[in-house]
Amino acid sequence: MTDSAQPSSAPHSQWWDVWRQFKSHRGAMISAVIFLIILFAVMFGEALWPFDATLIDIPARNQGPSWVHPLGTDQLGRDTLARMIRGGQISIAVGLTAMLLALFLGTLVGVSAGYFRRLDGILMRLTDLFLALPLLPLLLVMVMLFREPLSAAFGTETGIFILMVSAIGITSWMPTARIVRGDVLALKEREFILSARSIGTTPFKMILRHILPNVLSPIMVSATLGIANAIITESALSFLGLGFPPDFPTWGRLLFDATDFLQLYPERVIWPGLAISLTVLSVNYIGDGLRDALDPRIRGR
Amino acid sequence: MLTFTIRRLLLAVPTLLFISLVIFLLLKLAPNDPMAQVPLTVPPEVKEKMREALGLGAPIHVQYYKWLVQMFWIEPQVLIDHMTGSTFAEGKLRVISWQTRSPVMDIVVQRIPQTLWVVGMAYLVGVLIAIPIGIYSAYKQYSIFDQIGTFISMIGYSVPPFFSGVLMIVIFSVLLGWFPSIYDTTLVVDSWESFGKQLKQMIMPVMVLALQTTAQISRFMRASMLDNLNQDYVRTARAKGLSEQVVVMVHVLRNSMIPVVTVIALGVPAIFGGAIITEQVFKVNGIGQLLIPAIQANDLPMVQTLTFMFAILIVLFNLIADIMYGILDPRIRYD
Amino acid sequence: MTIKAILMGAACSFVIAPAAMAERGSDGHLNIIYWQAPSTMNNYLSGGTKEMDAASMVLEPLARYDETGAIVPWLVDEVPTVANGGVSEDLKTITWKISEGITWSDGTALTSADVKFTWEYCTNPDGGCANSNYYEDVVSVDTPDALTAVVTFGVPKPFPYGPFVGGNTNIIQAAQFAECVGAKAQECTTENFNPIGTGPFMVDEFRPNDVITFKANPNYRDPNKPSFATVTFKGGGDATAAGRSVLETGEFDYAWNLQLAPDVLSNMEAAGKGKVISGYGSSVERIMVNLTDVRPEAGDERGTVAKPHPFLTDIKVRKALSMAIDRGLLTEIGYGATGKPTCNVLPAPAIYASSANDACLVQDIAGANALLDEAGYARGGDGIRAKDGVKLSVLYQTSTNAVRQDYQALVKQWWGELGVEVELRNISASVFFGSDPGSNDTFQKFFADVEMYTNNFSGTDPESYMGGWKCDQAPTPDNQWQGNNMPRFCTEAYDALVAEMAVTGDIDKRIMLAKAMNDTLMQAYVMLPITHRSDVSARSNTLEGVRMNVWDTETWNVADWTRAK
Repeated sequence: MTDSAQPSSAPHSQWWDVWRQFKSHRGAMISAVIFLIILFAVMFGEALWPFDATLIDIPARNQGPSWVHPLGTDQLGRDTLARMIRGGQISIAVGLTAMLLALFLGTLVGVSAGYFRRLDGILMRLTDLFLALPLLPLLLVMVMLFREPLSAAFGTETGIFILMVSAIGITSWMPTARIVRGDVLALKEREFILSARSIGTTPFKMILRHILPNVLSPIMVSATLGIANAIITESALSFLGLGFPPDFPTWGRLLFDATDFLQLYPERVIWPGLAISLTVLSVNYIGDGLRDALDPRIRGR
Repeated sequence: MLTFTIRRLLLAVPTLLFISLVIFLLLKLAPNDPMAQVPLTVPPEVKEKMREALGLGAPIHVQYYKWLVQMFWIEPQVLIDHMTGSTFAEGKLRVISWQTRSPVMDIVVQRIPQTLWVVGMAYLVGVLIAIPIGIYSAYKQYSIFDQIGTFISMIGYSVPPFFSGVLMIVIFSVLLGWFPSIYDTTLVVDSWESFGKQLKQMIMPVMVLALQTTAQISRFMRASMLDNLNQDYVRTARAKGLSEQVVVMVHVLRNSMIPVVTVIALGVPAIFGGAIITEQVFKVNGIGQLLIPAIQANDLPMVQTLTFMFAILIVLFNLIADIMYGILDPRIRYD
Repeated sequence: MTIKAILMGAACSFVIAPAAMAERGSDGHLNIIYWQAPSTMNNYLSGGTKEMDAASMVLEPLARYDETGAIVPWLVDEVPTVANGGVSEDLKTITWKISEGITWSDGTALTSADVKFTWEYCTNPDGGCANSNYYEDVVSVDTPDALTAVVTFGVPKPFPYGPFVGGNTNIIQAAQFAECVGAKAQECTTENFNPIGTGPFMVDEFRPNDVITFKANPNYRDPNKPSFATVTFKGGGDATAAGRSVLETGEFDYAWNLQLAPDVLSNMEAAGKGKVISGYGSSVERIMVNLTDVRPEAGDERGTVAKPHPFLTDIKVRKALSMAIDRGLLTEIGYGATGKPTCNVLPAPAIYASSANDACLVQDIAGANALLDEAGYARGGDGIRAKDGVKLSVLYQTSTNAVRQDYQALVKQWWGELGVEVELRNISASVFFGSDPGSNDTFQKFFADVEMYTNNFSGTDPESYMGGWKCDQAPTPDNQWQGNNMPRFCTEAYDALVAEMAVTGDIDKRIMLAKAMNDTLMQAYVMLPITHRSDVSARSNTLEGVRMNVWDTETWNVADWTRAK
């Protein structure tokens, strides 16, 4: 009776329709392929590429693209391709996880506030509070309080990763919450919700089956913007010395470091910039495709 | 509607007080030191003396109470004095910045013109470009226009201003020499010539900021329009024989604006503090440029005052957004 | 008057040095950019370089250092010495004679009462004066007549040029600041932002942390100076942008403190709009080695001499760490032509520079490995050396700064070749250089095994700087973690050298003592100096008369700056 997700079992299940609709969206398909390639490169690139991201080779410093170093080297002779791969692991992981966390929190708060009138006041005040807090000192305090315990519990890298993701997630869910609440408020007055309620649908089912699918598009937009936001926030944090150790390359950090060399070695800016833009663009088109595919009104067309 | 507004306004007072307390406590917890900028050649015992002279040693609740009194009792008096020439506030201790030892409000007032000129203007430009782009690309979904618009806005959003700003400076200041790379905050606009100068120095920061705003808002606008274009009421309106223009520009637009209004309203407070990187790249020295060094120097009175002003703006614009919901969609009733 | 005569006149003024002929204000407007903006014009309330340089446009001391480090008379006729009778034989008094006819910018005369007031202002216990250490040991300032100030010290001062010499100890006007003494000092906003001075310029408008506009002082003592009528002193942004605005776009005439990658800087200079100028002071980028145990398990005694470090107390380990560093390469990458590799923590002034430690300039990784083998540290399965279960694993912290992070990466690689595991950490400068005893991340608390930063001393006398590594200068919980002895270095011999220097007046003896202290520290390998850094600024090709000065403020001779014709 409920929609158990079995994409390949029956040819006419709901999820099969979604997939068919998604497939027909050319931009989304191309983007999905590009995104998978980026994911693949980032996950397995390190095993395939001989250079280490932190190996310093002074005689080879400041080189342009060549066969040995396809993307050139930086001011300490580190291989840019290796750094892009390592950086991508961190940036994409941080971007995706922080975005999911922010979406989850934002949607939870937004839907609860919009749907349950009793919760609205308090939840929205909470949102206001978070919006009004100055981000930087908040992050400073979080890092100060939790850095050592987390590093001790999970090791330096994982500890800081958890800290980064939760810091970014906790400080960026508010716009999503506001938008979702606004949409839910409007939806609640719609006829189909009224009729669903009149046949005694429980609030939980109501939210899952009727509300959530209809607020998916602002959530999707938030998701795409959220990934870019998380990647860039991470670079700002690293820059302030709050993020990963300085010898950890991330895309945002590579871009920031390269900005000073914009006139001398323009290619150094291009690689991380391109990587961030490609990731964001492809996530955006995938989001577009998903939104269309999930919308039953479009799907039949 | 009126009762709702009044109730929300009354509720805002405790909210704001609470926010100010949380900010205050957070900053107390943060590990920064206002003496960090003092060079190493100054001996620690001298630094200790400087710290005492600023009153940093007092207990937290005393500091908070002093700030409250100064902020809500003395500063308004200064404002009244300023407008009427009276002398209520003469000789009273105002909120003093630890970095500059001058009244915080005086500095804020100095920073507001360039913030409004550049950041405010950029927001306005961004919104004005974004809404038509969003509408058109949703109406002609998957057209060339839509594809290009999507592409540019996503690039715009994914390129951080510390890069796009520097790129613009290198192209337009260094290579072409068209615009100045450094914003002159002392420029007084009193003639066509100085107005031209002002325009020239505004163009680059406004463009960089507007790119971000446009990217964000046009995405939301497009998504929201797409949602509504497929609704039953649109079909009904078309079936009634209304012209396409009326259907899209009145009915669909009105309903699509609900989530977008939230985004726009929430963006207004953020523009005052959020443009820090752009302000820094172009040396605009606005409010954002005031906040970040103050946080780094742990200048509590300054950060406290600024964040409190943001808090007021946020509560205010949230209220405006809520009222706008009611206007845009009469079914959302508040009583 | 014929046209010919006018042309002759014009030609003449070209032949004679243009600066000498220039009239006050004839060169129009000067644009200066400091990427960190000054927060006040009163140098006594900040002590920061940017505030000092800004204040120096308006306020002046009695005497100051020129670009060679020599003391030159400024508001006085000559610098008092024992030889000319200005300094007493017992080294306890110094008598300053103010030049005739010097006036404040409001037209009133500068008198010895202003000098006395300045001392009282800065030594008031409630005033929070940032430069009170310059007035240390001063017991009185007497004013026998309007132009004579006699400074008396409580102890013999071999170097009596602390008070009223250099940009840290400018004279302020007694009449203006009379109401601003003590606790009131912080609240006198108008006075602190618009001080009346004797210098070439006066403040027109001061916007804290943004921009200052100056105009020429109509009462300046030299009627032909300054040659600029107005000055904009812009702040904000970053070093790259400041350098670009002088060297590439030519919008500004002078940019301060351009700590940029050498190739970036030379690329900017290649644009041909300006010149990079630099001068060596006493700034040394160094790695400090922690001799105490900082692991949390040490509890309350964490970071104190009561808990010695598990392996850095072994001098062979410290020496090996030093030997593995290629100082020349680091300096070339980080500073290029604006830095020199060094093996001394006291490399300047040149007379104090020791040559006993120069062997460290050559990297010797094989030798370092041999030394560690000899010390009994054997490589484990993971390549990390260990002895008695103690692994050679260090946490290496510094402030956030692109050059420092490059240094960290390179040093990590070299130490890795020794079998030393290195974890890097960078901390925001505002936290790292703060002295909040509640934070574990300050450079003074030093809860890491090694840390890197630059330090220097102002003026040319190293006595108090070298005194910073006495036993009692170590930061401990008892002194709220204040003090300059980061390695927690402590020997009786060193303390004795410091005590001896305090009572030695003879310059040759002082040089010997300073070198001995430097060599003691270097040969104990408790600090590993890397780069002797120069101060780097840029000036536009059209600006003349700039004399880069690292011993005083960079704007010390702004009265002589002119526009190239």
